[in-house]
Amino acid sequence: MSDWNRIWPQLLDATWETLYMVGVAALVTVLLGVPLGVLLTVTAPGGLAPRPLLNRALGLVVNLGRALPFIILLVLVAPVTRGIVGTTIGSTAAIVPLTIGAVPFLARLVETSLREVAAGKVEATLSMGARRRDVVRTVLLPEARPSLVAGVTVTVVALISYSAMAGAVGGGGLGDFAIRFGYQQFRTDITLATVVLLLVIVQALQWAGDRWARSLAHA
Amino acid sequence: MIELKDVRKVFPARGRADEVVAVDGVSLSVDRGEFAGVVGPSGSGKSTLVRLVNLLERPTSGSVTVDGQVLTELPDEQVRQARRSIGMVFQHFELLDSRTAAGNVEHPLELAGVGRAERRRRAGELLDLVGLADRADARPAQLSGGQQQRVAIARALAVRPDVLLCDEATSALDQASTTGVLELLRRVRDELGLTVLLITHEMSVVKAVCDSAVLLDRGRVVDGGRLADVLTRPGSPLGEALLPAPVADAGAGHDGALLRVTVTDRTPETRVLQTLIGELGLAVEIAGGSVETVAGGRYGRLLLRVTGGGAGLDDAVHRLQADGVLVERVAATAEVSR
Repeated sequence: MSDWNRIWPQLLDATWETLYMVGVAALVTVLLGVPLGVLLTVTAPGGLAPRPLLNRALGLVVNLGRALPFIILLVLVAPVTRGIVGTTIGSTAAIVPLTIGAVPFLARLVETSLREVAAGKVEATLSMGARRRDVVRTVLLPEARPSLVAGVTVTVVALISYSAMAGAVGGGGLGDFAIRFGYQQFRTDITLATVVLLLVIVQALQWAGDRWARSLAHA
Repeated sequence: MIELKDVRKVFPARGRADEVVAVDGVSLSVDRGEFAGVVGPSGSGKSTLVRLVNLLERPTSGSVTVDGQVLTELPDEQVRQARRSIGMVFQHFELLDSRTAAGNVEHPLELAGVGRAERRRRAGELLDLVGLADRADARPAQLSGGQQQRVAIARALAVRPDVLLCDEATSALDQASTTGVLELLRRVRDELGLTVLLITHEMSVVKAVCDSAVLLDRGRVVDGGRLADVLTRPGSPLGEALLPAPVADAGAGHDGALLRVTVTDRTPETRVLQTLIGELGLAVEIAGGSVETVAGGRYGRLLLRVTGGGAGLDDAVHRLQADGVLVERVAATAEVSR
């Protein structure tokens, strides 16, 4: 098709939008999701600092975040988005629901990873006179690092998939592009090109994530 | 150095599980520089008991005193500080996979706020002490079980504790590694003047390294004392467990009485036999027995079949007892029991 030289730049723009949304959302998700996962782990019964009520409350919030279909969440958090970004439309605005959707997801993965650190290692460290925060900092997080990296990779890939829905709030990105140009204009070739591009991005991310996790496990 | 007074630990009922009394009124005292053992079958509460010493488990009642400090009366923060002078090694080593051998040894130093250069120096020194100076950069996964436990011991000694707790420290090791680790423990005790409390289910471990031991059963101390005393105390369950009585051969048709004699460095079998044969003119046949090294001393239980007259035998028993020998007359049945 001759109009590809018109489409390419737009596809490129959409790619950047996706990377921007996912990149920023992933960063914020890690900053919020890892501490939340730690909190879920240590407040659990039998954890480092058992707080059954807090644990149950956190668990409920996390489950709520995970149970909500992302497209609903997108609409529900619009007031929050307006409060933070000032608008509910555009790539930057889409980062807010993306993050809110991904944080509970990552938090659960972090919790699972940390739980797999042998209780004996925690006990051994406590026997050295460690504070609880020292145990988190020097044992739980470092020992779970390969598994945490794998969890972050899965989360980022999920974010890419979520970001495709961001078009619904005018967030742009590859998903939006595929709908507007490919689906609505019956341009299967554009849809296909977008899908291939998404696949390449996901593959590259997964590959990099796996490599990183493996290098940590061998280290 | 370590003083437990009437310590109880009850794990409350949870879900369908009933309440468990893991430690049921144990009093225990370990002197400075002593190598003490706690031995008992699995489920006897040993592992809980050792965790009560550094308050990894808080006792339900009773008091724990280490180096004059009543730990059970201290607030958490001070318990944390006190733990620095109580090293601990575990059955499964519990080294961090994310660190090298040296990194693991540095871990407690890091927690204690020791500077990097000093940590390095100290880790090198400790790995040298446990014979692994050349494996400083190895990851735990690259080390054998015995080597991992050596690293764990180096780690436990890093902050110069006065007390070392060993929870089944050799139970995951093969025989050769066990011997090596036990020798190391004994050596660091001697060189560093540590007080060691070792938990094990293996009598052979107690015999190899302990000066004293208590026998734990269902959360209670059944017997205990210095091994030298326990082994020569009549009717001591721990002595019996450490050095079981030999089994008499049923020996139908044999006449003569069976004597069970405990020999020690002070009263070796040569002297016993000299008394019986040389001085009393009895005929003595060894029906069973063994002699081994326990806590650095030589101990044995022999079953002697003695012939040569009824009155002579009573006389023999008295003579041996007067000489300080633990001796008992045994019925000539297949199994010797008390």
